[in-house]
Amino acid sequence: MSLLDVLDIIIPATLLTAAPLIFTALGGVFSERSGVVNIGLEGLMAVGAFTAAVSTYFLENLGAGAASPWLSLLIAAAAGGLFSLIHAVVSISFRADQTVSGVALNLLAVGVTVFLVKLFFEGAGQTPFIKHRIDKVDIPGLHSIPVIGPMLFSQVAWTSYIAIAIGLMVWAILYKTPFGLRLRSVGEHPAAADTLGINVYKMRYIGVFLSGVFGGIGGAVYLVTIAGNYNAMTISGQGFLALAAMVFGKWHPAGAMGAGLFFGFAQSLSITSQQIPLLDQLPDVILLIAPYVLTLLVLAGFVGRAEAPKADGVPYIKGQR
Amino acid sequence: MIQRFMNGKLYPLFVPLISVVLGLFFGALIMLAGGYHPILAYQSIFESVFLQPYYTGETIRTMIPLVLSGLAVAFAFRTGLFNIGVEGQLLAGWFVSVAAAILCDGWPKILLLPLSILAGAAAGAVWGLIPGFLKARFKVHEVISTIMMNYIALYTTNYLIKHYLYTEGERTPTIPDAASLASATLSHLTQGSRLHWGFIVALLAGLLMWFILWQTTRGYELRAVGFSPDAAGYAGMNVGRNILLSMTFSGMFAGLAGAMEGLGTYQYMMINPAFVGIGFSGIAVALLGMNTSLGVFLAGALFATLQTGGLTMQSEAGVPIELINIVIALIIFLVGSSYIIQLVLNRLAKRGEKR
Repeated sequence: MSLLDVLDIIIPATLLTAAPLIFTALGGVFSERSGVVNIGLEGLMAVGAFTAAVSTYFLENLGAGAASPWLSLLIAAAAGGLFSLIHAVVSISFRADQTVSGVALNLLAVGVTVFLVKLFFEGAGQTPFIKHRIDKVDIPGLHSIPVIGPMLFSQVAWTSYIAIAIGLMVWAILYKTPFGLRLRSVGEHPAAADTLGINVYKMRYIGVFLSGVFGGIGGAVYLVTIAGNYNAMTISGQGFLALAAMVFGKWHPAGAMGAGLFFGFAQSLSITSQQIPLLDQLPDVILLIAPYVLTLLVLAGFVGRAEAPKADGVPYIKGQR
Repeated sequence: MIQRFMNGKLYPLFVPLISVVLGLFFGALIMLAGGYHPILAYQSIFESVFLQPYYTGETIRTMIPLVLSGLAVAFAFRTGLFNIGVEGQLLAGWFVSVAAAILCDGWPKILLLPLSILAGAAAGAVWGLIPGFLKARFKVHEVISTIMMNYIALYTTNYLIKHYLYTEGERTPTIPDAASLASATLSHLTQGSRLHWGFIVALLAGLLMWFILWQTTRGYELRAVGFSPDAAGYAGMNVGRNILLSMTFSGMFAGLAGAMEGLGTYQYMMINPAFVGIGFSGIAVALLGMNTSLGVFLAGALFATLQTGGLTMQSEAGVPIELINIVIALIIFLVGSSYIIQLVLNRLAKRGEKR
């Protein structure tokens, strides 16, 4: 097996596994850049995946056909956004510890979604499999380019390209627009931002809401491209992996996207390594834990220093010094 | 009446109590919305746990690791650290205690049982020490690092079981009797539940936490660092060392929780496709128990009752057991929002004064 053949297997697999991570990690960037720690990403993904499973199923029954998974991505975005408002109210308005609220959000998400699955599907522990997924396709024209065609444009879901495009968009929004500057300022020094007339609470609500929207999409993408149905185990760790990607990407959209791709690469390697010479000798546990070990090393400053936004995790209390 | 409570010694109990009541109340609303019968559901929980010895035994059995992981979270909280790595420390303790028991098969019980328990405690302590070190030395926030350590523990223990201690049924072999905490007497008393001697370990651990934190100079330092690391440092205390120590003790309690599952409840360790969730429940237990030993026991008892009784609730009232997780999550939100609860209480009290 030549190196090119290996790349033809690994790169499309990477793009597929990375897409949900990229969306969710970008959501984390919004929230934490505004100063609200969000370890509830896992729960937001669960809500997104659940919503996508249920809405795709019902849309299919209504006759929406192949459009149903795409529509359900939008519905999941709305559901994730709404669900994240619980975190926003509790941690911004009620000044609860943001980590505590995030933990509760994860627990609530799994509880509520599985509770609803049982309610909707007469006690079944999982939703029916959806008929229309967002499938892997060969991109017309581009996939026949020699060398890079099979690598980058064959057997890839559209959502992976959308994830990368949105990653670039988020970077532009955060670093090239007044809105982005304001969002980042309330995460660094909310009191200073407040004296300049920026509504700290509003910006933080927006940050958390966007994390819900993106986390919801991330979970939905995972469901309609990879999982196909929802149960209590569908989202087990992807949200925390996205959190790690955000930290590994140093709270920067481009970094989060790169880290998402990299972690997707590690994950897909752990699945495909059996087909690849040399790698099949490597214990899969090394690939599985690599993202987490690397994130720890980045945090410790061995691989470039990662610094959280200054006011990340600190509730803002007006008038307090 | 509210006023008398507000000024009295019982005031700190107010937020947890209100949170539990409101949590159960919202749970009931959700059941009503889903077309279930809330009174029947709660009734079936309490009837099974308090009237049927089997469920009473299972409740106490569930309490053991819950209390230990609650103590783990609470201990770290006292030093101002948020250990959400209890889950991983628990898995490390579970695996090492089972592995030690199996590897030293043949030793007499008087040696093997303490050895296995201590091995689990030590493994948890090491798993807690690593994020403690990263925090003390490199200022790595413990919330992120403990999450990373959780996944490293999950995948590593699964790998080790699969390759070194594997037996049919995706698990390790059963531990030798000499390392077991199981008790035929206790089981017989509770009509066949899996209740084991681990409750003594949990009691001792609770005493130990109280003793260290409130009766020793070291404990004073640990709490001082929790109140204000800067002030503690200015007073000449070594902040880094206290952080390291706190995470080590915290991890030790978590490791014990894992050992209780390995040596008591299951007598083996299975390959876990996902987290067991006890460590995350420990966060809820510690918060509701206000980070005190006694509070952790009470909160642990409540959550164990809900989780064990939830099974009966599902079979008798037809309510999905996930409702219990919803209620627990709501209680965490409410305890976490103590600021707003106190605000509302103060308003109510003031209105009382005017009259």
